Amino acid sequence: MSSVDAGLACKPADYKSDIKPIWCPGCGDYHVLMSFTRAFAELGLPPEEIVVVSGIGCSSRIPAYTNCYGFHGVHGRSLALAAGLKVTRPELTVVVASGDGDGYSIGGNHFLHACRRNIDMTYVVMDNRVYGMTKGQPSPTTEPDFDTALSPGGTGLRPFHPLVIALASGANFIARCFSGEPNETASILVEAIQHPGFSFVEILSPCVTFRPDEKEWKNLVHPAPVAATSDPGKAARRIMTDDGFNIGVLYRGDRKPYAPAIGSASVELTELEKDFEL
Amino acid sequence: MAERSVSLAIMGSGGAGALTAGSLLLEAACAAGWQGLLARTVGPQIRGGEAAALLRLGTQSIECLPDQFDLVIGIDWLNAQRFGNEIQAGPQTLVIGDPRGGEMPPAIAAAGARRFEIPFKNMAKTIPDGRGNMIALGVAARLLGLKLELLSAVIEKRLSDKGQAALAASQACLSAGFDAAAGLDFDLRLPSPKREPTRRWLVSGNEAAALGAIRGGVRFAAAYPITPATEILEWLAPSLVKMGGVLLQAEDELAAINMIIGASFGGTPALTATSGPGLSLMMEALGLATAAEIPIVVIDVMRAGPSTGIPTKSEQADLNIAVYGVHGDAPHLVLAPQSISDCLFTTQWATYLAETLQSPAIVLSDQFIGQARAAIERPADIAFIGQRLKATEISSTYRRYARAANGISAMAIPGTRGGQYTADGLTHTERGTPTSGEADHGAQLDKRREKLEQFNFGDHWAVCEGAGDLAVLTWGSLTGTVREAIGEAAQDGLEASLLAPRLLSPVQPQQFAAALNGKKRVLIVEQSHGSQFYRYLRAYYDLPGEVHILNRPGPLPIRVSEVHRAMTQWS
Repeated sequence: MSSVDAGLACKPADYKSDIKPIWCPGCGDYHVLMSFTRAFAELGLPPEEIVVVSGIGCSSRIPAYTNCYGFHGVHGRSLALAAGLKVTRPELTVVVASGDGDGYSIGGNHFLHACRRNIDMTYVVMDNRVYGMTKGQPSPTTEPDFDTALSPGGTGLRPFHPLVIALASGANFIARCFSGEPNETASILVEAIQHPGFSFVEILSPCVTFRPDEKEWKNLVHPAPVAATSDPGKAARRIMTDDGFNIGVLYRGDRKPYAPAIGSASVELTELEKDFEL
Repeated sequence: MAERSVSLAIMGSGGAGALTAGSLLLEAACAAGWQGLLARTVGPQIRGGEAAALLRLGTQSIECLPDQFDLVIGIDWLNAQRFGNEIQAGPQTLVIGDPRGGEMPPAIAAAGARRFEIPFKNMAKTIPDGRGNMIALGVAARLLGLKLELLSAVIEKRLSDKGQAALAASQACLSAGFDAAAGLDFDLRLPSPKREPTRRWLVSGNEAAALGAIRGGVRFAAAYPITPATEILEWLAPSLVKMGGVLLQAEDELAAINMIIGASFGGTPALTATSGPGLSLMMEALGLATAAEIPIVVIDVMRAGPSTGIPTKSEQADLNIAVYGVHGDAPHLVLAPQSISDCLFTTQWATYLAETLQSPAIVLSDQFIGQARAAIERPADIAFIGQRLKATEISSTYRRYARAANGISAMAIPGTRGGQYTADGLTHTERGTPTSGEADHGAQLDKRREKLEQFNFGDHWAVCEGAGDLAVLTWGSLTGTVREAIGEAAQDGLEASLLAPRLLSPVQPQQFAAALNGKKRVLIVEQSHGSQFYRYLRAYYDLPGEVHILNRPGPLPIRVSEVHRAMTQWS
């Protein structure tokens, strides 16, 4: 860890706030925070030119734990808020943090349209397949037989596949990471931030409290066996058929990001009034 | 209206072109120096429903519709019964219909009106590509005493992009209608305009509101289409680009309001426009903007509710949700424009207040003034341009939500070195750090209340005019109706004052008490079934003397004569 940090002009610590996280001991999100600060340091971005935007949930607490500008908004709407920010301030680096409940359930519609809109931002979803902050209810990525108080005997519903949805909706960069590998995750975040357009990074981040079984993930993850493709058809087949633990960049697209021109007025305000003159 | 005005309704089934004929007539009359108002009333269908252009023309400023129409023209009567009592006729009304145009609606047939028949459909058939609405336009112009050339010029201006053939057909129909009305004299001629034509605007309330926002500094809008607010967004889309800004179409209203919060957090004054159903969806994020102190402007062009209600027709029943809809204690700005022209002022003022007070502002317009069009004097440029207090010189002790005497704390904009903070809907400390402590919770609630309570809103908070011991209280688009009723009553020797708050939240108890000082009777006029305005007044203000309420839900407008009667019948 220190060997990676030593060569950087900016230190990961420069991007960390003094606020103590509320996460449970052992939560995967600590490592995600580490990956964030490391990626920012590697990019050498001034912290005031980064904005971390989030919704509601354990993972959405991450903005205040960085030393960047942050927005901890309402449940599920972080992508919309980030879109308004990025199109009006294109020079800022915008990273959106979410979880599987915030991002795929209440925020599902915004996920589709953010991929489709392809604004240059990075969307990180820390997926632990459970609602942690409300104590253990099933999310859209939870297995059908996961028994909870809210879904006795399990939901019986098939979990959906965020990476395929992202691909079908037009995301321009798709990767999967594991929180327990913060160096690899940081590298992928660097690439995601640098890649033009909407980059989607799923980070498998265990919930040790409500999903202790997820501690096993460290034994299940493995590097993706083949290099990333820019062919959406190939990417779809691979993502649909992999075991869910392929780690690495899975798709790099070349769609042009949506970036409307912003700047100074081309006309005087009184020019607009001519629409109304009799 | 001391001077006589002439009013007419042009109606037809959806697609028959009643609204086009109405807007051409309005433009021609106003270009020649008359004053005019054109309201529209339509059914929910895009094609095949019912549509009517309601015009009132005269020599003085016109802010409301008449009690009865002097002239009703049915291009056809298909579906016209759906208007119910919205379009009122009387014995003096002249009704012109096509003998082959279907059955005259019962409400009009029962009025005992004078009738005349013109075969719009058959006449149109004799002209290649001819249309009945242009014949009706010619008839109306002749009856009102408007010169043919005036109409012809407006048609040339507005329809030239339809191609030469269509233009020629329209002109031919116009002439045919003009000739068909030759020799008819039903005493509908407009009095001569007293003024020389000057540089005026022909504008709808929705367009005026959009321009007001841009004048106030708005450079970002997020849009989700909804009747009857869409025109605001459609006008802003190209206009913002010209001003160096941008409009994003959102996937829903939840996204729209969060987009403008994001843009404003980044330092760009931002707005969205919607109607009741969209406002309901925006409530959670309005609370976020209140808690995180992010300036935004939301225009609600009210329509009849609840739920989908009557999307195309006006009502004043979103007052409750605008004032009370956010959960928790969430003081914010609520304003209401009082006329088409005032849509510009009030939206600009709302933008200025939102920016200055770092608060969301809801602007309660409605379908009537939003979609009505009138000739107005160019509103003067005013100094209300958003000035947000930004943190530029950041010290190590910078606190985003620091308490200040006026409650307003400097906002660091992303990119400003050393100002980093996380805006949060969670209860936070002065630094913005989340907390569950009672002290911080109370302190920040106090801060947000104080900044609104301590601000001096000046005289713009209300329109307050007239004298006498009777005060008529109203708000929003009914202000013009009440003003006219008070004018009529004055002719009968009844003196009354008008009090119409433009600023609905925060309330202004001292100014209100001063405005009603010495009044013995109060009449409240509003277009809501639940008398929301009355209850709001009761909650915050002391109403002196005897109180009467004249309230009714949409879609029927509250008419001048009803207000006049309520002012005089005081038992």
